[in-house]
Amino acid sequence: MANMTFSAAIDRAVMEAMAADECVIIMGEDVHMLRSAHYTRFGQQRVFPAPISESSFVGAAVGAAMSGLRPIVEVMLVDFVGVAMDAVLNHMAKIETFSGGKWTCPLVVRTACGGGYGDGGQHEQTLWGMFASIPGLTIVVPSNPADAYGLMKTAIAHDGPVIFLEHKLLSESWLEFLGRLGRQTVAFDVPAAGAQGDVPANMDSLPFGQAIVRRTGNALTIVSLGVGLHRALEAADQLAEHGVDCEVIDLRCLQPLDARTVIESVSKTGRLLVVDEDYKSCGLSGELAAIVLESGLSPHYARVCLEQTIPYARHLEAEALPNTQRIVEAALRLAAGEKQRDV
Amino acid sequence: MVELELYKAMVRARAFELVLAEFWEAGAISGEMHLGTGEEAVAAGVTRHLRSGDAVSLDHRPTPVLTLLGVDLQLMLAEMLGREDGLCRGRGGHMHLFSKTHLAASSGIVGSSGPLAAGFALTAKLLRPGNIAVAFFGEGAMNQGMLMESMNLAVAWKLPLLFVCKDNQWAITTRSVDVTAGSLLERAAGFGLPCQEVDGLDVMAVAETAGDVIGQMRKNPQPFFLLARTSRLDSHQMGDPMRRMAQHPVGEGGKTFGNVTKHLLAPRGSGPVTRIKSLMHLLALLGDSRKDVREHKTDPLFLTRQQLEQAGQDTESIEQDVARQMEQLVDSVQVDSPAGGAHGKHDL
Ligand SMILES: Cc1ncc(C[n+]2csc(CCOP(=O)(O)OP(=O)(O)O)c2C)c(N)n1
Ligand SMILES: [Mg+2]
Repeated sequence: MANMTFSAAIDRAVMEAMAADECVIIMGEDVHMLRSAHYTRFGQQRVFPAPISESSFVGAAVGAAMSGLRPIVEVMLVDFVGVAMDAVLNHMAKIETFSGGKWTCPLVVRTACGGGYGDGGQHEQTLWGMFASIPGLTIVVPSNPADAYGLMKTAIAHDGPVIFLEHKLLSESWLEFLGRLGRQTVAFDVPAAGAQGDVPANMDSLPFGQAIVRRTGNALTIVSLGVGLHRALEAADQLAEHGVDCEVIDLRCLQPLDARTVIESVSKTGRLLVVDEDYKSCGLSGELAAIVLESGLSPHYARVCLEQTIPYARHLEAEALPNTQRIVEAALRLAAGEKQRDV
Repeated sequence: MVELELYKAMVRARAFELVLAEFWEAGAISGEMHLGTGEEAVAAGVTRHLRSGDAVSLDHRPTPVLTLLGVDLQLMLAEMLGREDGLCRGRGGHMHLFSKTHLAASSGIVGSSGPLAAGFALTAKLLRPGNIAVAFFGEGAMNQGMLMESMNLAVAWKLPLLFVCKDNQWAITTRSVDVTAGSLLERAAGFGLPCQEVDGLDVMAVAETAGDVIGQMRKNPQPFFLLARTSRLDSHQMGDPMRRMAQHPVGEGGKTFGNVTKHLLAPRGSGPVTRIKSLMHLLALLGDSRKDVREHKTDPLFLTRQQLEQAGQDTESIEQDVARQMEQLVDSVQVDSPAGGAHGKHDL
């Protein structure tokens, strides 16, 4: 058992995979510094500092993956994947289908996401729902070091393209690089249990598509992921004091999505609240509603999501992102709604 | 006198950057802060020749140009403090500053100033003959496809677009030369762009070249590529980790390099020569980053002041004037009732 930060857990999974398989390489801007330990140990033949040419080096990762390497391509922030969208949308996601299943594309796009440190709407998006809507991609959003470690191991071993999203409030190294920058004068609402934790020594890879129930309860199911999961757990503590007993599910992957765990819980509680740091429209929150409806359930439903371009001002940003207060209020309304109907 | 006016512009731009630095250090400005210190001569030399109706697109160091275009400094500062009375109502922040009245827009997506300026230039050509558009970007952005594509577009469509590449030789922790093929001037020339290189630390040289080029562009709409060598006087960003490591090798550096040392000797991996090479590369970068400071020989402000003093000019009254203006500026945002609540008021 080792206690480590979220970013260290991911770095360790990458380090072990590189030591075990010569085909695993890293490419991306500034990776010589960002992954200095990997760069030192494996050198310039395995760790490739890239020019600011995302469309080209993400596209090159696709070709490299198709021809025998297993690239981990780093796009600093998920917002910048916009520049490389063709490689993601039209290429890595399609190779396997286009080739009739005869050609795969084993690569990981490692990218930081999420807000909460006042960097503005072009550097703090999550965008996981948009990626998850594209068939052919696996989308991973871990919420703690152990999951991050296990899911990164699985991602590197996986034979298809994986988008691995590393939330900046959980990832100490990114938060330091983009938000704190050595200052004692700024503070962030970092979920402690997500940013640092134990990674069991014998831990191996964690399968994709397995959600996990983080808290059991009967009154209401809250489904979330990443930092939202921690906000939901905090809200659940407060809701318990109001007599609302919540079940909290951590999705961990958006694609494949563990519909069964969600449906089982909702069939018990009859109420579904989705907490999603991604945009509200046409994304994960609506998808979860559709999944439970398709299963034949008709629960009471609400969602707490991002509904606007993330504003720069810290106080506006705090309101825009799903926060504990918004979750508590939505849950109370949801709980009260059905009670009224019961009368 | 032109020299004195240019000097004054540079002093103003620098002073505002330093105000930002202070508020940022105090935690009143959140997120990243990329100062434009070292770029003042380019900003002053180019903006001197811009006029109403010209449009400008900027990168993640937008403030020197905005300051010299005459964007209200109080509005800009209030914006970065996240206030409702800020330039963009606290919604944009320092990488996303917009002033419609100045036709000036910025973006944190590296390379994106090229295509945007192409659109600005197209409008100028169709609706405002005689006006031009300017795209400012770094040499790191020169490897971004969209920027190169906009060079082709500007030539193919004969757009009045001035590409200004501020070459400080760095992109965050990367020496741009290590990841850039060929020469930037030849690259631009390959698109059929008329090109010129200028010493971006020499404000008179920038002003003269920009004046000639922009004059021609107004008469005869066509693009131009200006390569200006600049410097990075406050590293990539405020609180830059690489610089902190370089300055405090034991404390800050120890954290990172402890891990590096551990893996330097780990079994499996590359051979010792490769490992030593990587380590030497990292140490060389740290060494280089120590030069990202306001030292005289790469500071356009210092160099200009020296020239002016040698010519017997009074630079001090300019500096005092600007310093007074900045004091008033800082007072004005501290006295104003902050719309941003706790985020609005600060003791420096
Ligand atoms: C598309 C995109 N990729 C990566 C980044 C991260 N990034 C911010 S600034 C920067 C370096 C830019 O270098 P250059 O263009 O030379 O400008 P400089 O910072 O040196 O002024 C990078 C890679 C980004 N903002 N946008
Ligand atoms: Mg540069």
